[in-house]
Amino acid sequence: MEFFNNHKKLFRTAFLFFAGLTVLVAILPALNNQKNNSPLPGAVPLSADAVKGKNIYIANGCVACHTQQVRNVDMDKMWAARPGLAADYADIHRTDIWRNTATLMGTERTGPDLTDVGNRQPSKDWNLVHLFNPRTVVKESIMPAYSWLFTIKKQPLKSDIIVNVPAAYMNGEEGKVVATKDVLYLIAYLQSLKQVKLPDGTPPPDFLYKREEKPAGANAAPKELNGATLYTSNCQSCHQPNGEGLPGAFPPLKGSPVVNGDNLELYVGIIMNGYSGRPGFGVMPPVGTNASLGSAEVTAIVNHERSTWGNNAKKVTEEEIKKIMDFVKLQAPK
Amino acid sequence: MQTSLKKWWKKCLQVAVVYLLLPVLVQAQSAGAASAPDDTALIVLLVIVLLAVLVAVLLLSFEARALVAKIRNKKMGNNTHQFEKHLENMNSNQIEKILQTTHRQKDRSKNPGSIKAVLLVVFTLLATLFPEHSLFAQTKVTNGGIFNEGGILITITLIMIPILAGLVLMVVKLSNILRKHRNRQDLEEADLFAGYLATLTGEEATEALAKRKAALDYNLTHHELSGQQEPADTKGLVSNVETEGYINFIARKKKAQKRPNIDPQLSKLILWYFGCAALWLLFGTTIGEYVGIKFVAPDVDHVSWLSFGRLRPVHTNAVFWGWASLGMLGLGYYIVPMVSNAPLASIKKGWYALCLINAAVILGTTFLMAGINNGGGEYREYIWPVMLLFGIGLILTLINFIQTIAKRQTKEIYISNWYIVSAIMFALTITVVAYVPIWQDGLGETIIQGYYMHQGVGMWFMLFTLGIVYYMLPQQLNRPIYSYSLGILAFWTQILFYTLIGTHHFVFSSIPWWLQTVAIVGSVGMVIPVVAGTTNFIMTFKGAWHKIAGSYTLPFFLVGIIFYFTGSLQGTAEAFRSTNLMWHFTDFTVAHSHLTMYGIICFFLWAGMYAVIPRLTGKEAPQITVGAHFWLALIGLMFYTVPLMIGSTLRGQMWIAGKPFIDSVVHMAPYWLWRAIGGSLMWLSHIFFAYNFYKMISRHEAVDVKEAALKKLVQIIPAETQND
Repeated sequence: MEFFNNHKKLFRTAFLFFAGLTVLVAILPALNNQKNNSPLPGAVPLSADAVKGKNIYIANGCVACHTQQVRNVDMDKMWAARPGLAADYADIHRTDIWRNTATLMGTERTGPDLTDVGNRQPSKDWNLVHLFNPRTVVKESIMPAYSWLFTIKKQPLKSDIIVNVPAAYMNGEEGKVVATKDVLYLIAYLQSLKQVKLPDGTPPPDFLYKREEKPAGANAAPKELNGATLYTSNCQSCHQPNGEGLPGAFPPLKGSPVVNGDNLELYVGIIMNGYSGRPGFGVMPPVGTNASLGSAEVTAIVNHERSTWGNNAKKVTEEEIKKIMDFVKLQAPK
Repeated sequence: MQTSLKKWWKKCLQVAVVYLLLPVLVQAQSAGAASAPDDTALIVLLVIVLLAVLVAVLLLSFEARALVAKIRNKKMGNNTHQFEKHLENMNSNQIEKILQTTHRQKDRSKNPGSIKAVLLVVFTLLATLFPEHSLFAQTKVTNGGIFNEGGILITITLIMIPILAGLVLMVVKLSNILRKHRNRQDLEEADLFAGYLATLTGEEATEALAKRKAALDYNLTHHELSGQQEPADTKGLVSNVETEGYINFIARKKKAQKRPNIDPQLSKLILWYFGCAALWLLFGTTIGEYVGIKFVAPDVDHVSWLSFGRLRPVHTNAVFWGWASLGMLGLGYYIVPMVSNAPLASIKKGWYALCLINAAVILGTTFLMAGINNGGGEYREYIWPVMLLFGIGLILTLINFIQTIAKRQTKEIYISNWYIVSAIMFALTITVVAYVPIWQDGLGETIIQGYYMHQGVGMWFMLFTLGIVYYMLPQQLNRPIYSYSLGILAFWTQILFYTLIGTHHFVFSSIPWWLQTVAIVGSVGMVIPVVAGTTNFIMTFKGAWHKIAGSYTLPFFLVGIIFYFTGSLQGTAEAFRSTNLMWHFTDFTVAHSHLTMYGIICFFLWAGMYAVIPRLTGKEAPQITVGAHFWLALIGLMFYTVPLMIGSTLRGQMWIAGKPFIDSVVHMAPYWLWRAIGGSLMWLSHIFFAYNFYKMISRHEAVDVKEAALKKLVQIIPAETQND
């Protein structure tokens, strides 16, 4: 065939075929997408510090292990309240003349998704300790230690932010660990990562592939949730697997009067609305509200905490907790 | 030779089966009733036992039936016919004995091998049962039931061993009883036969027997064709005869055939491409190995330039743009002029391209380690000024190749050139699309990223490598490609379907649903070019399988072909929404990309290099180190990928089940360790490759006794003439 023996015709055809398909499946959809999407009304632009922090995030290739996308499948429910939308990324533009747009959606989840980490883990103290060496707070973590974002000073200034690092993670160095500006920027960025709520009245897209609940008969007892698992997911990174917390950062639950006491209102209030003002410890975020914990889950966590690490307090029932939760909801800071 | 070939095949088949079955089984289990996984496991175990029993019963019943038939036959008394048959089947020696002792002779015509056969059958059965069982146990792990527990698996295996052993023992015992009984029957028959022989005393019978013996004794003289003269090699056909000094338990591989000489300038250029490629392979995989170790030992260093997030793209980009790209281009510089039957248009442009690409990888690596990258898209981490150098290198190469093809001496354009030139055109296209900022805002970046990274793999590496295979494989087999048309079909369908599949890396994300569906459909369409290509290569092997044992390049080709099939189809399996649920975001993708980039691309590149370099330098690598390279790379790849796939499948299941994230990190630890071990083996194989490369280009020659003697002779003769 003449066509096959003429290199100009052959290669031109192959090129046009490929280029045509490229326009159809890549360029047009991309153009279409950026034309038809704008940021959600509630979206807050990154602060100047957070922008600097994002650059540090990019430079260190955090995207290799952390995604920033919540898929519309049930298993991603643990990362944010709703699946991601194209509008969530609409305000991300080219970084600078040298560097392309960084949506940082990622393709691997070696570590947790960070779409909503600003809500999930807002504690600055935790982030500082964790970035210095993640294994300080999460023993099993394999995340790199970013200790080069800190300096070690023998005599820190009053204005320095000092990080409470246990001696075992100091690599034999003496002095105080002081946060550099870079790590503070990075934390500013992490704290800014919050999923934007949809405008009132807009139903969020569904999570697909829901886990099938076993059809329970009318008489079947409601299945008790696993408090230990819920504790691992929601509480353990600060209060630690042994319930002893981290001195100077996170208070112990083992032997805690709040956990073992009878003031359930205070206890549930802390879980749902967070807590601050306890001297010597960091601020606790509203973990329960952030993770949309229901009364069953809170009951399971409370019962787990009241019966582990030598704690031995009376079990609570879901009805009790439900009542208190309705009450503490009213106290939630607006 | 035969046995090594067989072993080789067995290995490949097992590997292929594991790859094909794993996704299927895993999917079947996720789709099937998750509530009763333990039941299915038990049923399969029972079926195995039942099958074993059934086989045993069948075996014994066959033996028993044969025995019964024999006894019945004897009772009928129809002996003379049987005896005549015995007589006909006698060999010369036996007839001789009859003739010698015409009056008294006994005979024993029986077959003593039956029990051995039975045992053999039983053992093969067992052997086939056990792998089945263990394979099952491995894949069974995926369903998260109690069969997860190593202890339970071991217990079941331990229970199965005595049961099956008891069964074997029973079969052997019964078979022994039957055999004894049959022996007795045979002996009785032999008595009767002896009596019959004793009656053969007549002149006629003796003569007939003597004739039969003469016929059986007939032999050729072995000089019918050759005549009586001494052989002489007057045309110099036989050379390099070696009868000793070589280990005989490894098949001796053939040396490279002498080819028409290549322009020494071009030869030098190609060797430099290969040399740079080999260096980038060593560098890139050393980084990869280090990064793999960091999964197991995250605190191995706390240096910013060596942190995981910075080194990972250093590894991927160095092996992509440094090793694989330069290796492919080097082979391209050999193949394009060769199949065009024309000299390369410009060797100078080749050197410029080499320098530009090397510069791009060096600069890119430095930038990445310093924390300057393009913003996160995989294989798009080099910033545009760096990638521009690479792009200019490719443009120069494209012009060079097209000009060479334009000057070709052949009428048609050989298919290798279709693939190679298109690959370069497409690589340039995707680079432009990926780096032009107009369509990169917001999710546009993600849509382009999906397109770019997958076209990089499929349209640059895969297409170019296929072009290499279409030339090198027929050349190494010394036979034409099976079907030119299939190659053309694969070419156009690859463009059609591969271009569509980019976004299957973002299934369930917020890019348009229809675009995800197009990508999934395209992934299924990829079956056509993959099956067409594999068929073409395998059929080219047809009738020449024996050549594998005698070649050190063909095993590399074969592994490449097998992974081309399994790895590519695995990609199709991964693209479905159901499989995305458990594999997306896990290390399964990492395992897949190593199966394909390493199993296909690297193995084909090595095959091509081991074939081409000896033709350029006239020197070969030691067979033993080529073998070490091959086996370490293959076994390492298996250790790397199989545990990673199993572990990742389980990790995905943990996520689906809503387990705490940190649990899934703890769960991966042993699989990451296996990955590091496999990676170390792969890395070691690259050291062997580098050594082999050095041996093939080394200027230091071993002393050739013949050459040295000739030189001495030349020195001696002038001296003697002077004396005269």
